[in-house]
Amino acid sequence: METPLIPPGVKRCPTWQFALWMAAVGAVLLWGVYAMILVWWKGLNQTNMNDAYGFALWIWADLAVIALGGGAFFTGFLTYIIGKDKLKGIINYAVIIGFICYSSALLILAIDIGQPLRGWFIFWHANVHSMLTEVAFCLSCYFGVLTIEFIPLILENPRLAAKPFLHHLSHNMHEIMAVFAATGVFLSFFHQGSLGGVAGVLFGRPFAYREGIFIWPWTFFLFTWSAAACGPCFTILVTWITEKITGKKLVQQDVIGLLAKIAGWMLITYIIAKSIDTLYWALVTAPGMGFTLMDFYTDHPIYNIGILFAEIVLCGFLPALILITRRGRENGFLLILSVLLAVLGCSINRWVMVLQVMAVPVFSFESWFLYSPSWQEVATTILPVAYGVILISLAHRYLPVFPQEKELNPAN
Amino acid sequence: MFPFVFEWVWDMSHMVFMGGLWYALTIMGLGLTYCIIKALIDTRQKKGGTHGGH
Repeated sequence: METPLIPPGVKRCPTWQFALWMAAVGAVLLWGVYAMILVWWKGLNQTNMNDAYGFALWIWADLAVIALGGGAFFTGFLTYIIGKDKLKGIINYAVIIGFICYSSALLILAIDIGQPLRGWFIFWHANVHSMLTEVAFCLSCYFGVLTIEFIPLILENPRLAAKPFLHHLSHNMHEIMAVFAATGVFLSFFHQGSLGGVAGVLFGRPFAYREGIFIWPWTFFLFTWSAAACGPCFTILVTWITEKITGKKLVQQDVIGLLAKIAGWMLITYIIAKSIDTLYWALVTAPGMGFTLMDFYTDHPIYNIGILFAEIVLCGFLPALILITRRGRENGFLLILSVLLAVLGCSINRWVMVLQVMAVPVFSFESWFLYSPSWQEVATTILPVAYGVILISLAHRYLPVFPQEKELNPAN
Repeated sequence: MFPFVFEWVWDMSHMVFMGGLWYALTIMGLGLTYCIIKALIDTRQKKGGTHGGH
């Protein structure tokens, strides 16, 4: 019954097995939806946010998925603008992952603003002095770009492609994809940067505050840079997980190798810049405001100095050095370990720049502010993961996501 | 927000922010419109078509 919907020449699991898988993930999704309805129905009192934590788990998740979704804009930039044609083997999947990340980010924001029916206020009553307004504009527009990039792939489903108009529409959208990709790069540069800029301009929060150039603190550039470095790592990681689950090779190793190499060079340059920024902040900026480095860390299991080591050395220099060496990239275990560490490093960076900023006491009479999320916050943060798994499962089953799949799995 | 709305102020911030938004939306709108119109013409002319890879 399903056969006409499945792309020709590829093998998929039986319908009952797929339905069972979807039911299991769907149960997690429903748990998240229940928590989301609770928050919308009863309000933000369902969370453990308070006066000290206006930003909490959701905003960390938001920043993390936006950074990891950066694989879409950077891979698109490399493929359509720079002309790295080899990456056409993975660009579809990068777009789908980006689409999932950005729709998740918008969903989390819709939950976080408490009154989603007033979400349009940010466009109509725009505060044009706020970096977050720029983030909202660019985020929404870039989600539109990702949708436009995703549509041609959906139209390639055998049933849809049989309709001449949809077939031509898909073809024409592919023809001018470079225009959309360039728009995506423009939008991504600004919203990734402004998310970092929001932390960097907080001169009342010496842990986050950074100097910079004109109106942009250094965090503006570091956030964009890290998204371009770690986004492709996340794409490689999700591709590897998909290959393990499906038991198939989906992307040629030289495609993965090229993307890993570029990500590695982006990561090493980023982490050097990040180290210089951290040193200047620790030795000049913070002391100039009356703080020493150790004032920003405590013996708390999460907020101790180890988090700085983990972010810069363990999840920064280590994966970067592996990825820039041919031997490192050609070793399957080291490749996956390094992209995993890079993804963790980027997530730690967003955690630090959102939650540790809130936790560090600003006045001498204050102590550390600690926070643990409510189950509703946890469930609504897991919700996008379940949604992502469902969308990837559907896309893999019904769409020709991986152009090299047939060639790599001839037994099908 | 549009320039004819009472909240609008002709200053640099409004022009940069809202100009950037409308610029991006215009590119997307024009791009999609071009694709749809060309697809309609191609369909009417019964053109064959293959994807050049993507």
